[in-house]
Amino acid sequence: MSTTAGHAAGGSNYLTAEHGLKSWLLTKDHKRIAVLYLISVSFFFMLGGLFASLVRAELLTPAGDLLSADSYNRAFTMHGVIMVFFFLIPAIPAVLGNFLVPVMIGAKDLAFPRINLLSWYVYNLAGLLGVWVLLQGGVDTGWTFYTPYSSVYSNTAVIPAAMAGFVAGFSSILTALNFVVTIHRMRAPGLTWFRLPLFIWSHYATSLIILLGTPVLAITLLALVLERGFGLGIFDPAMGGDPVLFQHLFWFYSHPAVYIMILPAMGIQSELVAAFARKRVFGYPVVAFASLAIAILGFLVWGHHMFTSSQSVYASTVFSVLTMLVAVPSAVKVFNWTATLHEGSISYETPMLYALGFIGLFTIGGLTGVMLGTMGIDLHVHDTYFVVAHFHYVMVGGTILGYLGGLHYWWPKMFGRMYNQFWSRIAAIVVFIGFNLTFLPQFVVGYLGMPRRYWSYPAEFQIWNVLSTAGATVLGLGLALPLVYLLMSLKNGALAGNNPWGAKGLEWETTSPPPTFNFDTPPVVTEEAYAYADSHLVEAGHSDKKGKKELHGV
Amino acid sequence: MSDHSSSTLAHHFDSHEQQREASTVGMWAFLVTEIMFFGGLFLAYVLYRSRYPQTFADASNHLNVIWGGVNTVVLIASSLTMALAVRAAQLANRKTIVLMLILTLVLGCVFLGIKAVEYKEKFDHHLVPGKNFQYDGANGQKAQIFFSLYFAMTGLHAVHMVIGAGLLIWMIVLAHKGVFTAEYHNHIENVGLYWHFVDIVWIFLFPLLYLLGFHVGH
Repeated sequence: MSTTAGHAAGGSNYLTAEHGLKSWLLTKDHKRIAVLYLISVSFFFMLGGLFASLVRAELLTPAGDLLSADSYNRAFTMHGVIMVFFFLIPAIPAVLGNFLVPVMIGAKDLAFPRINLLSWYVYNLAGLLGVWVLLQGGVDTGWTFYTPYSSVYSNTAVIPAAMAGFVAGFSSILTALNFVVTIHRMRAPGLTWFRLPLFIWSHYATSLIILLGTPVLAITLLALVLERGFGLGIFDPAMGGDPVLFQHLFWFYSHPAVYIMILPAMGIQSELVAAFARKRVFGYPVVAFASLAIAILGFLVWGHHMFTSSQSVYASTVFSVLTMLVAVPSAVKVFNWTATLHEGSISYETPMLYALGFIGLFTIGGLTGVMLGTMGIDLHVHDTYFVVAHFHYVMVGGTILGYLGGLHYWWPKMFGRMYNQFWSRIAAIVVFIGFNLTFLPQFVVGYLGMPRRYWSYPAEFQIWNVLSTAGATVLGLGLALPLVYLLMSLKNGALAGNNPWGAKGLEWETTSPPPTFNFDTPPVVTEEAYAYADSHLVEAGHSDKKGKKELHGV
Repeated sequence: MSDHSSSTLAHHFDSHEQQREASTVGMWAFLVTEIMFFGGLFLAYVLYRSRYPQTFADASNHLNVIWGGVNTVVLIASSLTMALAVRAAQLANRKTIVLMLILTLVLGCVFLGIKAVEYKEKFDHHLVPGKNFQYDGANGQKAQIFFSLYFAMTGLHAVHMVIGAGLLIWMIVLAHKGVFTAEYHNHIENVGLYWHFVDIVWIFLFPLLYLLGFHVGH
């Protein structure tokens, strides 16, 4: 493996190019902004996790003994708001996407570096609003902010919480804007659309959803704030308004938001499966188009959240059918990853453990989604723990596993150091076991009829809740481990070299960590993505691969 | 490439053409988000107007069509001066750019001034939804939803005008300094796109809110 880490451009890489706090806070380098985002989202992930542990601790016993009903409502709401708006939506695009999109397409930076930095500040402004909500005693509406409870009856800090969601939306819009323009206009010579890594395709599809969906959430939350704060009556039944309109507008964004969370993870998944099976992703163009299909169909299914909200049964039928349709491109992806594994030369490195976990858990999450899209079943399990288990399988089993897999895969590229292989594998397994122990029992207890969002429950449900809380403890431990060994790797980790996994892709051709402008000489692409057919040559240890020649003096 | 033009080319772009295209694509993508943003309120308007057509028509008659009409003309005129400013930028005619931008700014301020007069009328006549709402027509409760939409939509539009005015001032300063050249004037083009977009929103708002009473039942 190459030993040129930190050697590029006379020993300078993006981490060492400038020094001091100011050089970080005013940086326009997409890689440094990715690191800033990594710190911010990690903080909010831990904060959201704290509220999750409060919820699980309360549910250990049937009686409402640890928290009052009010505090419990606030705990699950803060868990949801923080995890959705401050972790799940931004995590992969803002950290890994920010770092990798320009590198993977051979650009020096994103199209609008200043807007990129602005998005981080906007994110933190939203975060401050979120912390302000906490200091005000939290909010108890659920992350869905349904009216008229949120607009009229709740006594908690709804306005700052809605504004936090509103502002956080702007930060994702700015990031998405940057991705769309960068992917359209700044690809390296020779990098045609069908040579793009699937990570780029999925970020492109995600960005489209963000651009089309987020503004609708913004105007919905703004209307809520106008109603609660200034007495305008857009959803107020007393003035002839319709609270169900709020639900329509809310889910018009918030269902596609699920795809904002999962599509980038699917992009990571394609990279990992190809790299550790040493094969080109099976049916590359189909997987690429499946991302776009999910983005488009994802906008047409929001009504499946409203089967019990006085929606007409004909509308519900259409939404139900469309929900089945969106499962098709998702399933195509799962089948194609599995087919990629077939006869691959598979190695079980840490990122691959997460990738394999993703395939199983996302499949369970997706299939239970189809069940919930069926009206007859949904009427039975609506607002029960079955739903909670379903979307945690997609969001934790999908998005968080994808994020962790991606973080472990590109960590040596981002920081030039390798983490402890033994402990990282242990952590991946502990996360997988803890996750399933947490959420499998919730499917059962939900199907038996335990409703979500209550702080106490009948005694017969206790065994399932004890299992779930035990699982959450294991999961928490598994998630704490990477924090330790990844941070330790920054100091003591072995130098990673340019391409520690012997993987394909422009990001592995530059140094680890990359120089400020990503490449010492502008890359020219002459082959398709995942050209692993001749991978034995790569494993021989030469990182300046054939095929993608570097032109000198361009 | 002259010294001046290379100083206006950001480090991560290969050419001015790429830089210009990137900024144009970015602006159009941003305007798409703006359409979706306003779209939520337009959807609410469509829903409630189809539910309460007569109430909407009656309430619409409480708006001042004269002021609304004058404001429409003012905004269309400002779009013309904005377009002339962009044209002047393409021709690198510094004096004309500054003059046209100032005219646009003045017209924008006239619009906001008239809007303020209208808002004050509504306050004086207790047509602001809430506790003090007083309405002499039928369906007084439901008329509040019309005025809620009126204030939300025109208010959001006015906020966009204020932001636009801020952008114009920034452009006037840059143009006065002579920053813009025939190959580097993305900023002005983008502010122009934004300004025209905000105008178009008003072109929809005016008939939907002000002229409704004229063609339904009167």
